Amino acid sequence: MIIFRNFLEVNFAKIYTAFVLCGLIISPSYAQSLEVCSNCAFDNIQEAIEAATPGSTIKVRNGIYRENNLLIEKSLHLVGEELAEIDVENQGYGIVVKSDNVTISGLKISNVGQSYTDDYASIYITRSNHFKVSNNVLKEATFGVLVEKSHYGLIENNTISSTKTEEASAGNGIHLWHSSNVEIRKNEVFNLRDGIYFEFVDDSKVIDNYSHDNLRYGLHFMFSNRDEYHYNTFTENGAGVAVMFSKFISMSHNKFFRNWGTASYGILLKEIYDAKIFQNTLEENTIGIQVEGSTRINYKNNDFIQNGWAIKVRGACYTNNFEANNFLNNSFDISYNSKLNDNKFSGNYWSNYSGYDLDKNGVGDVPYRPVKLFSYVVNETPETIILLRSLFISIIDFSEKVSPVFTPDNLLDEQPLMKRVGHD
Amino acid sequence: MIEIRDLHKKFGKNRVLQGINLKFDKPGITAILGPNGSGKTTLIKSILGMVIPNEGMIKVYDKNIKSQWKYRKRVNYLPQIANFPNNLKLSELLAMIRNLRQLPAHDEDPLIELFELQPFLNKKLGHLSGGTRQKVNLVLTFMSEGDMLILDEPTTGLDPVSLVRLKELILKEKAKGKTILISSHIMSFVDEMADEVVFLLEGKIYFHGSVKALKEQSEETDLERAIANILSSNHA
Amino acid sequence: MLKILKYSFYDLIRSRWSYVYLIFYAMLGTVLLFLNNDLSKAIITLMNVVTVLIPLIGTIFGIMYYYDSREFTELLLAQPIKRSSIFLGQYLGVAISLSASLLIGLGIPFIIYGIFTSPAIWDFSLLLVVGVFLTFIFTALSFNIGLRNENKIKGFGYAILLWLFMAVIFDGLLLISLVYFDEYPLDKFSLIATTLNPIDLSRILILLKLDISALLGYTGAVFQKFFGTSSGMIISLAVLIVWVVTPMYFIYRKALRKDF
Repeated sequence: MIIFRNFLEVNFAKIYTAFVLCGLIISPSYAQSLEVCSNCAFDNIQEAIEAATPGSTIKVRNGIYRENNLLIEKSLHLVGEELAEIDVENQGYGIVVKSDNVTISGLKISNVGQSYTDDYASIYITRSNHFKVSNNVLKEATFGVLVEKSHYGLIENNTISSTKTEEASAGNGIHLWHSSNVEIRKNEVFNLRDGIYFEFVDDSKVIDNYSHDNLRYGLHFMFSNRDEYHYNTFTENGAGVAVMFSKFISMSHNKFFRNWGTASYGILLKEIYDAKIFQNTLEENTIGIQVEGSTRINYKNNDFIQNGWAIKVRGACYTNNFEANNFLNNSFDISYNSKLNDNKFSGNYWSNYSGYDLDKNGVGDVPYRPVKLFSYVVNETPETIILLRSLFISIIDFSEKVSPVFTPDNLLDEQPLMKRVGHD
Repeated sequence: MIEIRDLHKKFGKNRVLQGINLKFDKPGITAILGPNGSGKTTLIKSILGMVIPNEGMIKVYDKNIKSQWKYRKRVNYLPQIANFPNNLKLSELLAMIRNLRQLPAHDEDPLIELFELQPFLNKKLGHLSGGTRQKVNLVLTFMSEGDMLILDEPTTGLDPVSLVRLKELILKEKAKGKTILISSHIMSFVDEMADEVVFLLEGKIYFHGSVKALKEQSEETDLERAIANILSSNHA
Repeated sequence: MLKILKYSFYDLIRSRWSYVYLIFYAMLGTVLLFLNNDLSKAIITLMNVVTVLIPLIGTIFGIMYYYDSREFTELLLAQPIKRSSIFLGQYLGVAISLSASLLIGLGIPFIIYGIFTSPAIWDFSLLLVVGVFLTFIFTALSFNIGLRNENKIKGFGYAILLWLFMAVIFDGLLLISLVYFDEYPLDKFSLIATTLNPIDLSRILILLKLDISALLGYTGAVFQKFFGTSSGMIISLAVLIVWVVTPMYFIYRKALRKDF
C-alpha cells in the first residue's frame, strides 16, 4: 500500500511539472503580473481576468469587490492581499474555474447565492486539473469549494463557514464529485451541511482538518475508494463521519468528539470493505462507531472514551477485527443485534473488566463479555436508559454474565488486557 | 401553681388517665402513689409536656402549658430512668445542662461533692454504674434553682448514705418554700417526707389529702398497710 | 436548636461508628484509586457505590442514633427547650456528622491523589454533593420511622425495607412497567417516576455527567429537553431539596405531637 502511494505521489509530481512546462511553451506571451485595486489599472477583478495572459498572476489589493460569477478559463494565479473581499451579494457563484493550473489564494469570498436548483459555491472548479485553493476565507458560503470531475488538486488552509440552520438550504464545505488525487489539508469547516463531502472520489487524502458544528456530517464518503484521512478532528457535528459504499479507506489518528444526538455517532461504516481504522480517539459520542454490513475492517489502537455505545454492530458484518483498543468508561461497550459471525474481539483493554490476572502476564484470566443484557433492554425500550447504573440493572447484568441467555455467548474477549494499551 | 382539669390520656386502647382533676397551690411535698400502671409517670410527664393529653388542660403558674416550653425553666425534673448520651463525659453533660439552662459555672460543685462524683467527672457516661447514674441524675435535677421539683422514683438504686443525703436535699428545697411532687414505691420514704398524698388507681384519683387523713380513713397507723388496705378493699 | 445540634454532633463524632464510617470511606477511596490508578474510573465506581451505600448507611445510622438517644431525648424534653429544636437538632447532628465522615473520608485520598489539578474535580464535587443530599434525605426518613415506631426491631425492619425498596425494588418495578407498557410514550412517565425516588434522582444527576452521550441517543423530546439542557440538572437538584425538606417537616410535625 505504501509503495503504491509513493508511486502515486511521484507520478503526480511528474505530471504536474509536465503541465506547467507545457503551459509556458504554449502561451503566446510570458506570464504577466496584474494588479487590481480602486485606483490601479484594473478596478475590478473581472476585467483583469479577461485581460490577463495565461499563466499570469493577478494581485487583488485589499478592498471589497462587489463581483460575482468570475469565470476563469485560462491558467491563472489569483492572489488576494490581506484577504481582499469578494462580496457576491447573493448573485450565484463567487469564482468559476474551467481551466487547468489555476491557483486561488488569500481571498475572502462572502455571501454566495442560494438556490434549490443550482449548487452555488464560493469557488467552483469543474473539469480542471492541477488546481490549488489555499488560505482563503469563505464566509456565508452555500457550498465552499465545489470540485467536479477534476483531478490533482490541493485545498489547503481555508476557513469555510456559513450560518445556515437547515440542512436543505445549506451546502457542503468542501465537496468533491467524480474527482481523484486531491489533497485536503488544514482546513477549518463549520456550520455547513457536510463539512467535507466525497462522492466517487478516489486516491485522495484528507489530513489535519477541523470540521465542527456541521448540520449533518463532519466528513461524508460515498462510493469512494482508496482514500485516506488522518489527523482530523470532528467535533459536535450532527452525526460525525459517515463512510458509505467505499473500499480501501484508511482512517487513522483522527479525533471524534461530542457527536451527540439520536443515532449520532463518531463514525458510521455502511457497506464498506477492507478499511483500516487505527489510532483514532472517539470521545463522548452517542455512538462511537456504528458498523452496518461492513466486511474486512481492522480496528486497532483506538481509544473509545465515555461514549454512550462504543461500538454498535448492525446487520451482516464479517471479519471485523477489534484488537488492542482501549474501551474506557463507556456507558455500553458493545451493542450487537446479529450473530457474531467471524468478527473478533481480542486483546483489548476494557475499563469495565473486573477479572483478575493471577499469572501476571498482563492478560485477564477470565474472558470479558462486552455485551450487557441491559443494552438489549434499552434497544427494545429506549426509555429504560433512565435506569442505567442502578443496582437493579447491575444485578440482572450480573446474572446474565453468569449464565448468558439473551446475549451471544460466544461474543467474548478471551484475552482482555489488564492495562491500557499504550500507543503513540 | 399547678392546675389540672379533666385530664384524659390514652395510649392506643389503653386509657391511662381518665379525668384527672388536681390542684397544687401550696408549697410542700406531695407524693403521687399508685400501683404499677396506674398512671403516675404519665401524669408527671403530662405536667412536663412530655406527654400530650387527649383531653383536658394543664396550667402551670397560671398559664396553659400547651406548646409552651419556657415554664420548664422553673421546673426541675428527675426522670425515672437515668440514661445519658454514652459518649459524653460527665463534666461535658454538666456543662451542657448548664448551657441549656443558662446557669453560672460551678453551681453544681457542692452537689458533686455531696454525692462523691468527683472521680467520675472525666469518665464517659456509658461507663458508669446504675447507682452512679442515678446520682448524676440527681445532680442534674438539683443543680438549677427552679421553683418546683418533680421527682419520679428518686430513690431507685441509691445506697443508704446517698439516700440520706437525698432526703436532706429535698427537705432543704422544701424549706425554701418550693412545690415538690414525688412519685415513689417506697412507702417509708413517702411516710417520712410527704405532707400530702395523691393516690392514683386505674387512671383516676382515688384519694387526695394529707398522709394523716389517709391513715385515718383506712384506720391504719402505717402508710404501707393503709395503702394495701385500700387496694384490697377496692378489689374485694 | 444549635445547642442540641452541637451536642449531638459532638456525641457522634466521638462514637466509634463515625470513625468506622470515615475509615471505610477513606479505605474505599484509597483502594479504588490505587488499584485503578485512574481517577475518573475510581470516581465512576464510587458513584455506583455512593448511590446505594450512602442511603443504607444514612438509614441505619439514623435509626440507630434515634433509638440510642431516646433517653437523652427524654432528658432534653424536661429542659426548657422547644420540642422541634430537640429533634431537628439531633437530626442535623447525625446528618452533618455523617456528611463530614463522607467528605473527609473520601476527600483525603482524593486530595492526596491530586484531585485539585484534575479535570475530574467537577465529577468528584458532584459525587460529594449527591452523597450529602442522600445522607440528609435518608437520615430524615429514618428519623421519621423512629418517631413512628416505639418498637426498635420493627423500626429497624422498616428502615431496611425502605432502603431495599428505594435501592432495588423500585427500579425493578419501574423497569417492568416500562417494558410492559412499551407501546405508549413513556418518557414523561419515567422521568416523573424517577423523581419519586431520591436514589434514582441522584443517579440521574450522575448520569448527566457520566453518560450524557448515551442519554442523548434517545428520541423523545421530553428526554432531549431534560438531558440536553441545564433543566435536567436544575430540576433534579430542586427535587432533591424537596426530598430533604419534606421529611424534615414531618419530623417537625410528629415531634410536636409525640408522647414520651
